[in-house]
Amino acid sequence: MFVFVTLCGEKRDFMQTSTSWRSFRMAAWLGWVIESNWTDPFLFAVYSIVKPISGAAILVIMYGIISQGNYESALFPYIYLGNAFYIYVGAVMTGVSWAVVDDREHYKTLKYMYIAPIYIPLYLLGRGVARFITGSIAVFITIAAGILFLNVKINFAEVDWLLFFVTLIVGVVMLALLGLLLAGITLTVARHEGFIGEATAGALYIFSGAIFPLDVLPEWLRPVGYFMPTTYWLELLRRSLVGNVAQAFPTLANFSNMEILGVLLALSVFFGTVSIYVFRWCDARARELGLIDRTTNY
Amino acid sequence: MDSLKPDTIAALRPYSRKDTGWRLFLKTIIARAYPRIIGQQREVSWLVFDVVMPMLAVISYVLVYRALNAPEEYIGFVVMGGAMTAFWMNILWSMSSQLYWEKEQGNLALYIMAPNSMMAILLGMALGGMLATAMRALAVTLLGMFMFGVTYTVSSYLQLFLVFMLAMVALYGMGMMMASAFLLFGREAWHMANLAQEPIFLASGFYFPIKSLPFWVAAGASVIPLTLGMDAMRQLVFPTGFQFGFMSVQLEIIILAVLSVVFVVTAKILLAYIEKIAVREGRITESRR
Repeated sequence: MFVFVTLCGEKRDFMQTSTSWRSFRMAAWLGWVIESNWTDPFLFAVYSIVKPISGAAILVIMYGIISQGNYESALFPYIYLGNAFYIYVGAVMTGVSWAVVDDREHYKTLKYMYIAPIYIPLYLLGRGVARFITGSIAVFITIAAGILFLNVKINFAEVDWLLFFVTLIVGVVMLALLGLLLAGITLTVARHEGFIGEATAGALYIFSGAIFPLDVLPEWLRPVGYFMPTTYWLELLRRSLVGNVAQAFPTLANFSNMEILGVLLALSVFFGTVSIYVFRWCDARARELGLIDRTTNY
Repeated sequence: MDSLKPDTIAALRPYSRKDTGWRLFLKTIIARAYPRIIGQQREVSWLVFDVVMPMLAVISYVLVYRALNAPEEYIGFVVMGGAMTAFWMNILWSMSSQLYWEKEQGNLALYIMAPNSMMAILLGMALGGMLATAMRALAVTLLGMFMFGVTYTVSSYLQLFLVFMLAMVALYGMGMMMASAFLLFGREAWHMANLAQEPIFLASGFYFPIKSLPFWVAAGASVIPLTLGMDAMRQLVFPTGFQFGFMSVQLEIIILAVLSVVFVVTAKILLAYIEKIAVREGRITESRR
């Protein structure tokens, strides 16, 4: 525990004093309570699991029909793992941006948050933690179901755990910052704000090569995919878990893991910086135009 | 009176006739359908989201099939499934959850106080929603045709019309039935509607032929009218569709007709029952956030 001495000579615990940490911690707890207390734990668990499992099952059935049950092909783990980890994209990004809709339109508390002694960007990021937790559970269960019932072959002895966790952490931070960008945009719009996160996640689903290699896209659309950090993030996650998948598709076959990690880091820094500046601009504009406490009932 | 403008005179004039019975029922349906049809057309931006969101899923699944080198029929199946999601989403968010939203906004008490039938209000919502949603489904179908070159060869227009209409009646009957159940939900309503998306897309075969599922799973899923509706329509609009049919079109028409009657009648009974419970427990005006 990090303890420091204030100018008055008083000893304080950093974790309890830092505005940023307090904003993040309390928002995370608030988000969790909002997400989970609408029902009993059992129904909540079912709710959190059924949706992603159903989404995965649609793809499994589609694959099974066309391949006539040949789950040995490299395309199957490509699709399955891509789809499983993509749960994070929707969960984290929308988790952060939806907090604006929830607080402003639904609970009508956003203005109170703005006048409270908290740091708003970290408050919004904290609100995304609950969805990150439920998303993590869904990802874990989806992958476990794939291993146990669908012949997704992951040899745990051969998994590159370091690469996996580094990639996962970088990706989740990147997604949270993209969520902040969407939260900023959400602050400034009156209509369809609820769809912004969903539409972005849906578009990224196509351009990130989540469930099909980018080579399937028309040639003129592929550069969009190459510019998305999620493309490299999903590729690295797949490579860390099932290395041979990487060789099966030409999209990024010429790049080594370290090169892809470098691209992921560079794009994450770029998008993260853009997100912070866009949020600041949107936040200032929302304050100027008096949009913080606007409710539209739209 | 002579010095007043005609509009003011009309506004001051007392009702010349008090509508009752079937006339009131019909007027209530039109009155409730009107804002839904006109409102949705006035807010054109909704069209963009209502078409774009299903199209994103359609594009993804089409590209998965392309990656798997699937036969072209499957591309058509996905486009049709994507178009029909518009109806399911309309059922979930604009029918089932509607009474819950009305309660939240304070309109539900007014509906119940007014001397009209709640069934007529739900029918009006259904009619209004169906027309507006059909436009969106058509837009998805046309986009699918242009983007992916899907072609349709209708083998029987009469059967296609019958299947579509019966599927809609059964589906919106189901929506009315669910609306009364949602009336009792508090904050759970939003989550329940949210939950009934992917599992239904899976069970009803929105993106693949329902025949691919084990028989009893497909039979169970047939309770949802879109399951058999889509299965029959796929058989009727794609030349090789019959190979992928779960049952014969004739049998599916009969089952859809039965489902239509069952759902509409059950909706009426359930609505009266649930309304009584809600009134007794004082839950008509509560707003729990």
